Formats: sequence, structure tokens, C-alpha cells
Amino acid sequence: MSQVKGKLVQWVDARFPLFDFWRNHMSGYYAPKNFNIWYFFGSLALLVLVNQLLSGIWLAMSYIPSAEHAFDSVEYIMRDVNFGWLIRYLHSTGASAFFIVIYLHMLRSLLYGSHKRPRELVWIFGMLLYVLLMAEAFMGYLLPWGQMSYWAAQVITSLFGAIPYVGDALATWIRGDYTISGVTLGRFYAIHVVLIPILIIGFVLFHLTALHKVGSNNPDGTEIKKHRDENGHPKDGVPFHPYYTVKDLMGAAVFLILFLAIVFFMPEFGGYFLEHANFQPANPLVTPEHIAPVWYMTPYYAILRAVPDKLLGVLSMFFAIFVWFLLPWLDRSKVRSIRYRGIFTKIALTLFVISFVSLGYLGLISPTPMGTFMARVFAIIYFAYFLLMPIYTKYEKTKPVPERVT
Amino acid sequence: MKRMILLLCLVPLIAFAAGDSYKLQKAPINYQDNASLQRGAKYFMNYCAGCHTLKYVRYNRMAKDIGIVGPDGTVDEKLLKDHLIFADDKVADTIRIAIPAYDAELWFGVTPPDLSLIARVRGVDWLYTYLRSYYQDPKRPLGVNNALVPDVAMPNVLEGLQGVQEPVYHTQTVMYEGQAQKTQVIDHLKLVKQGTMTPAQYDAMVGDIVNFLAYVGEPVKRDRQRIGVWVLSFLGLLLIILFLLKREFWRDIHKD
Repeated sequence: MSQVKGKLVQWVDARFPLFDFWRNHMSGYYAPKNFNIWYFFGSLALLVLVNQLLSGIWLAMSYIPSAEHAFDSVEYIMRDVNFGWLIRYLHSTGASAFFIVIYLHMLRSLLYGSHKRPRELVWIFGMLLYVLLMAEAFMGYLLPWGQMSYWAAQVITSLFGAIPYVGDALATWIRGDYTISGVTLGRFYAIHVVLIPILIIGFVLFHLTALHKVGSNNPDGTEIKKHRDENGHPKDGVPFHPYYTVKDLMGAAVFLILFLAIVFFMPEFGGYFLEHANFQPANPLVTPEHIAPVWYMTPYYAILRAVPDKLLGVLSMFFAIFVWFLLPWLDRSKVRSIRYRGIFTKIALTLFVISFVSLGYLGLISPTPMGTFMARVFAIIYFAYFLLMPIYTKYEKTKPVPERVT
Repeated sequence: MKRMILLLCLVPLIAFAAGDSYKLQKAPINYQDNASLQRGAKYFMNYCAGCHTLKYVRYNRMAKDIGIVGPDGTVDEKLLKDHLIFADDKVADTIRIAIPAYDAELWFGVTPPDLSLIARVRGVDWLYTYLRSYYQDPKRPLGVNNALVPDVAMPNVLEGLQGVQEPVYHTQTVMYEGQAQKTQVIDHLKLVKQGTMTPAQYDAMVGDIVNFLAYVGEPVKRDRQRIGVWVLSFLGLLLIILFLLKREFWRDIHKD
């Protein structure tokens, strides 16, 4: 048997680098052995992506992208398609789960400095994925053609109207109409199911290729490649397969328990994952009392609302997203991990996380004078975290980093 | 100074209290109670279906779900046709109505909305409170108003069963343009003339209707919770196995 297998491997390897690929990226890829709970979210993001792709394909089999039939076809999936309700809830809950996983994945990088040299491109590809994911979620949210779908899309597309001179023309060009209409729905559907998924899969490959070129960071922020054994393998590393495949499988099981508990027992998640107003068909003549994007966009929405001037608000919102890309160059610390950084980084990161979550909450609720004031305070902290980073990371006192992982 | 701060902290609370709408009452919902769902279906077909559609619900699917079945477990079509299908619809049809949208809008000012998803839009407590909050108001064209939805367009279809209610007001101070003003708000409703049902019977009936609408909003709810228990149990077992597998592989690594 093993001889047959050996011959088969040789035959394939001579024609296609399948087993090379397996060695380079799985059984021969050495990852630091001290990964903690924060390191599950990368593989979980991949799991959620697969969930979205599969459930999305099955939804597309019965969904009809037209203003007349979109809402009805979603209810048809919920009621008449076998297990259609499960496919739909997997997809809608998956969207929120994707952002939870990605936000924790990003926080891991802030904690352990995974964006720092030589992993700048890993970070850039990751941020491009984040922006693509927001675009994907925004366009997908229009498809059920509910009231909130319609009006959230109306509000967000009209933001482009704030740009001087070309704004209105640009907003009309994006929508393909003077307001959100069936034309917009058709193009958003095409972009949601074809264009962006292809880009996401492509950038996931780039993200992983860049990562495997430089190797994974770890909670100590050390370079494991510096200390190698007699075979040339990092002393602090273990082969990704089987060590991290079995560990990530365990992580996947924990994640699926939480994820499917929501899918089966609370798919609306109190109106945060599926909004109550979205069970009403889109009506261009009736504006809902309160329009807010879904929770994962609301930190940026709160920043938009916090700025009194519309154009400046739009620019602040886009800058709030763009500033993430600069992180590898804003962070001037000598060390990577929070474990060896000084007190300023620790305070700054704590304040930043509080601000980001608070902005998310404030973006969900109707604006009040107090809420707007708080949103301004948190928005200033948000930008200060990034823009003051070159100063506080450079001048704070850091601890010595150990040579080997702890 | 401290008192001043405390006072300032209370200001938003007062402002909030003024914006508080009519208080919602808790609906008695039980998805497992087929008898209640069947009564709800009966009341719906008798009192609501004249104007409101359930355009995503099929008669026979509904019958199967709420237990209108014969001894062999299939839908009892005769029972369904005799008691719940009043139009000449087939059992596999969705629940539509006879009233033309044009007439409805002429008579009521709005087209009565489809109620397939109303429980998911408004919530069950809202529906339960709404159907119990009609009161006599001669100022309105139909002679009735609703404490939860002021100037409601829908007539009080259930008045013959419930009877006539009148509002009891209390005085509330609200801030309007920086000045405290006293205003009358509805505190609760008082039954002044009982209909053919006692208040307890009426509340139970409204509870059944709301329970039925909650079912209609998401027919798979019972199924998904039942399946969910199995799925999570399986994953729990799988997690134990995967944990042991991981521990076995990592045993050597943690030694050095």
C-alpha cells in the first residue's frame, strides 16, 4: 500500500506541486508553539468565509434580485424551500459572526504587534479584506429589500452626494438611479455574489502567502527563526499540521457551538443581527423613524454623525477607515508585544477599545445631545490613538524582550 | 453643588419619561400549545381575514403545523375546508382575501397590511397590547381610538366581544420649549360596557390570536429549536473528542 502511495505521490509531484504545497504550507510550515486564544480567529475567519460562500450559493438558487420579487423570494426561502430558513439564518448570522471574528483578529494584531516589520503587507492585505468585507456586507444588506435595507442603502449612497461638484452625479452613478431602485438592487446583487467574493478569495490567498513568507508572529513578539535546531527547524516552532490543525479544529467546535446556538435559538439576536424593521418590505414613500446601519458599521456611522459638517463628516468617516492602513508605520515601538511595551501603549489601547465599542453603541441609537457629545469625545480618542502613536510608542520605556518564547 | 449635579443627572430621565409611550403588556405566548394556535387560527379567519391577508402562509402548511391532522398524521382537509377556508381557495393556496385594495383604501384611508410578518415587525407584546387598547372616542370618524396607536385607522372589530372601554387620564409634567407644562396622558382603560365575553375570556382570545400570529411570523420556530438541541448536543460531544485529540498531540510539545 505504502509503495503504491509513494508511486502515486511521485507521479503527481512530477506534474503538479500538490505535495510540495502541502509541505510548504501545512506539514512543513513552522508556527510558534506559544499561540494563545487570540490566534484562533484567523482560522475561524476562514471557516466563516466558507460558511458564507456555501450558504450564499444555496440562497442564490432561490433568491430573485428584482424590486418586485426580492422580499417575497426571501420569505419563499424561509417558508417553502426545504431548510431554506436554516440556509438564510446561517448566512445572516454568519455576516455578524464574520465581523466579530475579524474585529477580534484585528485586536490581536494591536495586542501583539503583528502588523510590525516584516509583516506590513500581511496587514495591508488584511485591511483590504476588511474594507471588501464591509462593502460585501453593505451590498448584501440591500438584497432582502426590507425597509431598513432600502433606507440604510439610501443614506449611505447619498453620503457621496456630500462631495463638492461631482457628488450628486457620483451618487446617481453608484445607484444607477436617482434613488435606490430595482436597478441598484440588480447591480448590488451582481457585485455581492460575483465581484467581491472573487476579490475576497484572491486577497485571502495573498494574505496567507505573505504570512507564510515571513512566518507568524507570537504573543511574545519574538522571531522564532533566529533559533534553529540541527535540522534547521525553529526551536520554538511546531509544524502547523498536525499541531495547529487539531488545535484549530477544537477552536472551530467551540465557535460553532456559540454560532449555531444563535442560528437555532436567537437568529434575530434581539434585532441586532436581523433588524425588526427589515421584516417590512421596502417602501420608498415611508421613511422609518430611526435609520441605522447594522452594528458592525456603527462605529464609523457614529463618527460621521458626530461631525457637524456633512462633507467633513464623510471625510472623517473615510479617514477613520483609511487610518488603519497606516498602522505599521505609525507604530514606532522597539518591541512588538504588549507584554513588553510601556504604560502609554497599554492605556492608549484600552481607551481605544472602549471608544470603538462605545462609538458602535452610539451609532445604533437615535442621536441625543448627550450622545453626540460622547461620540465626539470617543471620536477624538479614536483618532488620537492612531495619530499620536508615533510619539507614545517611540518615547515610552519598554521591557527587554526574551530571546526565546515564554 | 452635589445636589445641583444630581439634579442635572435627573433631567434626562424626566425628558425620557415624557417621551414614554403607552406601556406594553406581556403577551401569553406558547409555541407548543396547538389548542391555542388552532383557536387563534379560528379567530383570525373569523375576525381578521376579511381585510388582512397572510400571503406567505399556505392553508395546508398551517394546518399541518398547528395539528389539524387526521389519525394518520396528514392534514384533515375536510376539517380545514369546513372551518377555516371561507373563500373558494384550494388547501395549497396562500391565505388571500376578497376585499379589493382600492375599496379598502377608500373606506379606511389605508390598505389593511398583510399580517404574515407583523409579529416579527412589531413584537408579540405590541400586538397583544394593541388589540386590548381600543377605546371610545367620538372625535374619530369610526368612533374609536387606540391608546397605543393614536388616531388608528382600523375599526374596533372585536368591540362586540370586548365591549366598550373609556380612557382614564393622569396629569404629567413635560418640558416643552424649556417650560414645564402639564398635559393629560392615558393612564389605563376602563371597561364601561361589557361585550359578549368577560375580560378574562377576551384577554385569552387576544392571547390566542397573537400566539397564532407569532407562529405565522416564523413557522419553523418550533422545528429549529428542536433541531438546535440535537445539533448542539452533537457539537458538545465532538468538542470533547477534539479536545482529547488536541491534548494527545500536544502532550510532547509542552514537556520541553
